[in-house]
Amino acid sequence: MTIKVLEAGLATSVQDQGRPGYYHLGIPVSGGMDLYALTAANLLVGNPADAAVLEATFLGPELEFTKDAVVAVTGAEMTPRVDGVDQETWLSFAVKAGQVLSFDFLKGGARAYIGISGGVDVPVVLGSRSTYALGALGGFDGRPLQKGDEVPIGSGGGTAGKSLSEALRRGPGSNVELRMLTGIYWHRVTDTAGARFLSDTWKVAPEADRIGYRFRGGEPLSFVEREQPFGAGSDPSNIVDGCYPYGSIQVPGGTEPIVLHRDAVSGGGYFMLGTVISADMDFIGQLQPHTPTKFVSVTMEEALAARADRSAMLAKMRDELA
Amino acid sequence: MKTRYSFGGDEHIFCEVDEGMSLEAFFKSLSMTNAVRDSQIRGVTEICPANASFQIKFDPDQISPDDMLAELKTLEEQAASADHTLDTRIIEVPVFYNDPWTHDTLMRFRERHQDPNGTDLEYSARINNFDSVDDFVAAHSGSPWFVSMVGFVAGLPFLYQTVERAKQIEVPKYLRPRTDTPKLTVGYGGCFSAIYSVRGAGGYQMFGITPMPIYDPKQEINYLQDFMIFFKPGDLVKFKSVDRDGYDAALAEVEANKFEPLIRPVKFSLDDFNKDAAAYNAKLEGALYDN
Repeated sequence: MTIKVLEAGLATSVQDQGRPGYYHLGIPVSGGMDLYALTAANLLVGNPADAAVLEATFLGPELEFTKDAVVAVTGAEMTPRVDGVDQETWLSFAVKAGQVLSFDFLKGGARAYIGISGGVDVPVVLGSRSTYALGALGGFDGRPLQKGDEVPIGSGGGTAGKSLSEALRRGPGSNVELRMLTGIYWHRVTDTAGARFLSDTWKVAPEADRIGYRFRGGEPLSFVEREQPFGAGSDPSNIVDGCYPYGSIQVPGGTEPIVLHRDAVSGGGYFMLGTVISADMDFIGQLQPHTPTKFVSVTMEEALAARADRSAMLAKMRDELA
Repeated sequence: MKTRYSFGGDEHIFCEVDEGMSLEAFFKSLSMTNAVRDSQIRGVTEICPANASFQIKFDPDQISPDDMLAELKTLEEQAASADHTLDTRIIEVPVFYNDPWTHDTLMRFRERHQDPNGTDLEYSARINNFDSVDDFVAAHSGSPWFVSMVGFVAGLPFLYQTVERAKQIEVPKYLRPRTDTPKLTVGYGGCFSAIYSVRGAGGYQMFGITPMPIYDPKQEINYLQDFMIFFKPGDLVKFKSVDRDGYDAALAEVEANKFEPLIRPVKFSLDDFNKDAAAYNAKLEGALYDN
């Protein structure tokens, strides 16, 4: 079956758990920016965790179903409606053939995940259905959805009325702390600038998308003086072009930090002063512009403990929705 | 060279082989990433060589960060004793320098450039002490280049010229990045050439354009049907300056899906190169053109 896109929303794309293995050729992993919510959307409608869903950013789409299906919406607080009737988030519900799924305005978070029983059945490219728009790769024709698209959906089961307990639902906070490991080129900034970076309150800039989240509002960084190495470029924030880790924090010109996310540019010539820990990447995907944010330095042990906590929550989710 | 390791969060190790760019640093980065691939360390998910550094992504649920780091340091000792040779291929890439499309684009973004009254080629020739743009193009297309990194976006090669340090071309990036760059633009920033695989933002100086596609996510182009990305780190490239007629002829072949890049296998020895760069480059060119 297909669903017809009556309205596309602001940036709605097909995503799954991602496409690892090609970063060395500049193809990023892509996949849901909030993978916790994406996983829940799949399990709630009886899909395997790695099925493809729709990721809707800031504004929901309007979708007409041509066959009966079970749907669940997780992540951002954006009330789904079936033919105008409100539905709960983090709860599976039925959509009948001919009915239209639409959304109320965004009340919290940034990205809603729309799980559909059977999963979005676009072709698998390099092992994934995720959309990498910059490279026109994967997803629906390599791009976000547009009005008039007919999106193929696989056949699946799924039952309405399945819900995830409150304790396992994750909403975005209003005052965010992103935990990070300092490193990579942290030594390029002065001690004072490094301390200031961590004590400043930053705000999410409007330039925040799947490639990366930009922040502004903190003090510009001052650099440790050096003669720039051969090939690095003249600005003190430049390095000889290298790889960028997912979650790495680059600060071009020392002014506005950018945290790279799942459609990351794989490398470039800006120094990085550290990397957001894997457990906090989901939260970035739910940040709205202007959200006050602090970067908090943690140890590797703390990063691994946070990672284990997230894995434990995912395990509980799987048990509950099995 | 002083190798430096740092964790990039809990899933990456970033290894800077050297702060500055050199063929030696690139060779070490490439040999270490090859060694990581060959050793099949458990938990490794991405192996990314770069110009003078590399990055390993791993799953800390399968291997602890400290164990991963120890594995890399062991491989570094082995890589140090490896010989500096590489079995690779050399590819001819036709370039229409000073073409009308990149020219239009660079004129649209003149206020973001160091020299608003000239072109990117004129500016780059001048600051590198060439007498003319023609001389500059002759240097850019005269000696081969190593693909020292593929990335930024899908399939974009960074290229480092196989000439002595004194002959390296160096240009700054635009003062502020452009919001547009034509697809297949041949650009330059720092000591690197690049070929833009997709249209988009960019900060490199623009020198010309190639008719030869290097990325095809639909995999319709005959020589990209096995894999959508043409270049890989370690490839050698020889640019060939073509005029408008040469460009149009190649483009017609591309559009008829009959274009075949000129590719020859070649062995590169860094030690032999260092003994006499000019003679070695002539030998590489000989391998490409079957002389």
